[in-house]
Amino acid sequence: MSSTVPAVEMKDIVIRFPGVLANDHVNLTLRKGEIHALLGENGAGKSTLMNALAGLYKPVSGTTEVNGELVDFNSPKDAIAKGIGMVHQHFKLVPTHTVTENILLGMDEPRFFMRLKKYNKKILELEELYGLYVDPEAKIWQLPVGAQQRVEILKILYRGAEILIMDEPTAVLAPQEIDDLMATMRSMAEQGKSIIFISHKLHEVTAVADRVTVLRKGKVTAQGQSTKGLTKRNLAQLMVGRDVVFSVKKEDREAGPVVLTMKDVHAKNNKGLPALRGVSLRIHKGEILGIAGVGGNGQSELAEVITGLRECEGLIEINGEEISNQPPIIAIECGVSHIPEDRTAVGSAPSLSITENAIMKGYCQDPIGNGWSINFAKAGEHARNLKEKYNILAPNVKTPAGKLSGGNLQKLILAREISSAPRLIVAMQPTRGLDVGAIEAVQSLLLEQRQLGTAILLISEELDELLSLSDRISVISDGKIMGTVLAEDADIDEIGMMMTGSSREGSN
Amino acid sequence: MAMRLKVEKRVDVPKWLPLATSVGSVVLAFILGGIIFKIVGGEPIKAAKYLFQAVFGSWAVFSDTMVKATPLILIGVACAIAFKMRLWNIGAEGQFYAGAFGASLVVLIPIVPLESTPKFIVIGLMMLFGMIAGAIWGFIPGYLRAKYKVNEIITTLMLNYIIINWNNFWIFDKWSDRGFQMTASFDRVAWLPRLADYAKEFKAFSGVTLHLGVLFGIIAAIIVWWIFKYSRWGYEIKLIGDNPDAAHYAGISISKNIILVMAFSGALAGLAGMSEISGVVHRLQESISPGYGFTGIIVAWLAKLNPFAIIPVSVLFAGLIVAGRELQPAGLSFLLQGIILFMLISSDVFLRYKIHILRTDEEKETT
Repeated sequence: MSSTVPAVEMKDIVIRFPGVLANDHVNLTLRKGEIHALLGENGAGKSTLMNALAGLYKPVSGTTEVNGELVDFNSPKDAIAKGIGMVHQHFKLVPTHTVTENILLGMDEPRFFMRLKKYNKKILELEELYGLYVDPEAKIWQLPVGAQQRVEILKILYRGAEILIMDEPTAVLAPQEIDDLMATMRSMAEQGKSIIFISHKLHEVTAVADRVTVLRKGKVTAQGQSTKGLTKRNLAQLMVGRDVVFSVKKEDREAGPVVLTMKDVHAKNNKGLPALRGVSLRIHKGEILGIAGVGGNGQSELAEVITGLRECEGLIEINGEEISNQPPIIAIECGVSHIPEDRTAVGSAPSLSITENAIMKGYCQDPIGNGWSINFAKAGEHARNLKEKYNILAPNVKTPAGKLSGGNLQKLILAREISSAPRLIVAMQPTRGLDVGAIEAVQSLLLEQRQLGTAILLISEELDELLSLSDRISVISDGKIMGTVLAEDADIDEIGMMMTGSSREGSN
Repeated sequence: MAMRLKVEKRVDVPKWLPLATSVGSVVLAFILGGIIFKIVGGEPIKAAKYLFQAVFGSWAVFSDTMVKATPLILIGVACAIAFKMRLWNIGAEGQFYAGAFGASLVVLIPIVPLESTPKFIVIGLMMLFGMIAGAIWGFIPGYLRAKYKVNEIITTLMLNYIIINWNNFWIFDKWSDRGFQMTASFDRVAWLPRLADYAKEFKAFSGVTLHLGVLFGIIAAIIVWWIFKYSRWGYEIKLIGDNPDAAHYAGISISKNIILVMAFSGALAGLAGMSEISGVVHRLQESISPGYGFTGIIVAWLAKLNPFAIIPVSVLFAGLIVAGRELQPAGLSFLLQGIILFMLISSDVFLRYKIHILRTDEEKETT
């Protein structure tokens, strides 16, 4: 292997969008057979740079060499011809077609007859080579997200890609699937593929990448540094430009009276199968109860029964008032705030303004709600206050919520949910997909609420987050609470065991 | 000199742009229509002048156009409120007929003794009955959608045929006027006041057919504008329309609003039916609508669901209906409608994207 000529050499790349310098003289060198992480906060210019490499954007200036050869891509086709393929964050697959059909889509061969059997075999061989196992005859809609991603990777490998760009591939995956993906990436690198891995999860970068390039506000802050010896703290500093406190400080305080009581709650999931099977919980005033568990073990349903979005059996009380099986408005009136799992699909209305999104829960109340009408002057004032207080970055409060970045949208949702002075906050994956700076902001907001005496149910798949924020942690598996531990003396191995379904000995 | 188009997504849409593209596309549609008119052997400039005269040329013809615009305004507003919530009420035609039937009941049963009741009570009752009948015709598909998730596009469409034939049953048989397919002319007390009624006092009004219904349309547009802009209900409608899951999460009852909006939309279309029989035809008869219910859908859409914009768009389309009577072959007016719709829909691309024309050598300079 001639390791002297790099697979990709991008020099002095400048990309400009109206009013923004997205890439400011960026350099990037990808060696052959390495996994190179591209790290940066949302909006740092990672995706822009990679879209340029994949032929989607044209830089204003700068040069790109692939295998020592100067290239000038006008379309993704040109990039594919040079062996560069991109795995996008949002899959581009046809759900009703099989894996093989999706991989063949758009290829010149087969020309008329599909001869799927022959191609199934070809694809199986490819799967064997990289350890990317997925049934070629399965329809896409039948596959879990991790397998769909493998199809996307196969699609690119089938087109002969030597250089793979993976745009935040772990954002959509469950922890187990992330491990599988990392194994796949390593095996591909061993076979000589060069991989650029975009992420903002620091531990993934240190775990899988050989070298890392960090971008901040369109500029390179670390170029091709070896990840050996780099700590999460170093990386975060490079990314954010200041020291980031990882273990948020939590002040001790006495737990108050019980706010939320759940007794033997059962509920079904969207497919009509049991999702919650006898869940009992208590949360006190000023307490954060963390719910740990592998995704899909009843967490979404738990959040939904409390907030009135899902029917259930059993008892749910807020301050002694029963709210189970009531419409969502009852939970809202009882002071239950909800930070939903899906910010865009549930938590906000994309084409409505920040103001209109900010009053979603409180539009009936004084002084904004005013009999039949809404006082939009007051509403705008409220939204401007929230924007200021929670540092939501947007041109003004008339900006549609859909134009906000993930972190700012989450801050808006949090601002709205907190500003109603709730008794209970149900926070479902509140930091998912956010960059380090935004995660820090969200976490300290939650702690501030705890300090003010709000009860918080924190559902997360990030164990670190649960351990640092929660007072107690309950572990959910297959719709049952396997056990509850105090966060300060929690044993990670024990929690891990419970997450896989083994009950805690002598659990309460 | 080689040219290249550069297409960029717009970050912000300037305030003047939607209006400019709408007006621009109408103008372009007329030019295209003119070219087609030329090809089939007409003289477009002359025809345009003549048509303009025929549609807006004098108070009398302009009033004719406004009479045609009246049901379009009401139906356009009715559709706008449903479409705002992404409820596809394409049953305005049926709700229009239901309104006509409901209003007729007041006269034909009669509900009040027509000889001894003051005009404003008779008219008021007709409005009420027309709106209730239209509301019922909107409520049915709304209820089915809210409770059983029945697709409202199918039900509203089918209900159109049911009500038209229901009306036919009454005018062909029970209420037939000497075997004609219409009821007897209504007593004058049931006629909406027209400008022509005041010809004695104001000479200029003689023969001007414009009736009170046009005020209903304008008031409805103002009310719905207020609902969209300032009311809690309007906010709920917008929120459900933009993201029903978010609305549900915010504690808004979606089923209740589906039923309410459909009934309200039906009531406005029903009022259009009432205004048409009480203001124009003065009896219940067959084919009182040349497809107002469907043209109203186009009107609402072209006005981008803005209640005030619905008024000029309705006048434009009413003008096309009136022009259609003057133009041979008559199909040209529909052709023009089609071209306008096509232009307006495609003009949306200018709202979403910025388009620069670059000379390729110029571009190289910047690289």
